[in-house]
Amino acid sequence: MKVAVLSGKGGTGKTLVSVNLASVAKESLYIDCDVEEPNGHLFFKPKNYASESIAVKIPISDEKLCSGCRKCVEFCKFNALAFIINKLIVFENVCHSCGGCILLCPEHAFREKDKPIGQVQYGVSENVTVMTGVLNPGELSGVPIIKKLLQDIVNGPELIMIDCPPGSACIVMESIKDADYCILVAEPTLFGVHNLNLVYELVKLFKKPHGVILNKCVEGENPAEKFCIEKDIKVIGQIPFDSALGTLNSNAQISVRENKKYHDLFSSILQVVTQEGSHETVTNP
Amino acid sequence: MKVAIPVDDKSMSTSVSQSFGRTPYYLIYDTDSKESVFLDNSAIASQGGAGIKAAQTIVDSNINAIITPQCGENAAEVLKTANIKLYKTINFSVQDNICALNDGKLPVLEDIHPGFHGHGGN
Ligand code: SF4
Ligand code: SF4
Repeated sequence: MKVAVLSGKGGTGKTLVSVNLASVAKESLYIDCDVEEPNGHLFFKPKNYASESIAVKIPISDEKLCSGCRKCVEFCKFNALAFIINKLIVFENVCHSCGGCILLCPEHAFREKDKPIGQVQYGVSENVTVMTGVLNPGELSGVPIIKKLLQDIVNGPELIMIDCPPGSACIVMESIKDADYCILVAEPTLFGVHNLNLVYELVKLFKKPHGVILNKCVEGENPAEKFCIEKDIKVIGQIPFDSALGTLNSNAQISVRENKKYHDLFSSILQVVTQEGSHETVTNP
Repeated sequence: MKVAIPVDDKSMSTSVSQSFGRTPYYLIYDTDSKESVFLDNSAIASQGGAGIKAAQTIVDSNINAIITPQCGENAAEVLKTANIKLYKTINFSVQDNICALNDGKLPVLEDIHPGFHGHGGN
């Protein structure tokens, strides 16, 4: 079962949830799709590390073949091309690798070259296989890296945890596309509700079965919980705001591996997730 | 010499626009004939790469220099490749900047800012 973990912004506990649920399972695969700031590996400290470079195709034009017709410059809707003093310039940092100019050029003046944009890293941490996507700083889009991460998991273990990028942009859509179940992590504040609503709208749009984990819970009113009741969203777990958990987390330790109390907490959440994810069509038509 | 200044309006009393790539118009001023014309900036509606497209338009209009408060690195690359000089505005008055240019008192634009590509647009 593929379980995606989302939140409207960073720092809500998305990685805490993903890492601990992955660790509490008998065997699992943890995939860090938060490619701009992957930090799951800081907790797992995976061994048997391997990595693979990910590249996109960028056009380069051959000066000798180019007639200067400028059809490509007019065509590129990202304005990645300019024609200056008889020479075509390709702006790699603006090009979206759509390949259009290459097809269109009447002189077949373009070739493709690989431009590395990041990596996929592999490792093992006890019962968890860890895959991490890393996008080089300044790159336009991590989508090719997410695609690579998710295409490799056909024969994965029973549980696959997908730690999504924060927000609800297209890179998040790419991350949840094949998920069987989505967990939305929410903080107990009004701002938290706003962020929760962002990802809630997204999973509704994709018709994904989903549930909310309330993080940093304290005594008293929880606006995020109220939101869930109003919208009839199932709350599948509550993580208390306690200093022991905070300390484990800030020391980059995995709490279910250190403390029985948290082990029990996340086991019971995982149980609910497994149940909900397997009769998805019934609970969320 | 023909210079281009990004401006907010099609009038001589307009002020200098903050953005080179996303300005609505350019004032094209000819230092020899003292004539001015306005040029629409078609790049203003671009999703991305507005600076590149705008710079291409400037190059195609045979401009020799631009006067602008700032300029992105991609646009600057286009302009420099075409040997167009980059000057920095001294204030938001079109007249003041043209006078300063005529007196040879405009500073060269040094701070080229990195692009904001992909952070917001898509
Ligand atoms: S379409 Fe081809 S021939 Fe025309 S300007 Fe572009 S690269 Fe040159
Ligand atoms: S591949 Fe697409 S985005 Fe890149 S330069 Fe060609 S047309 Fe523009």
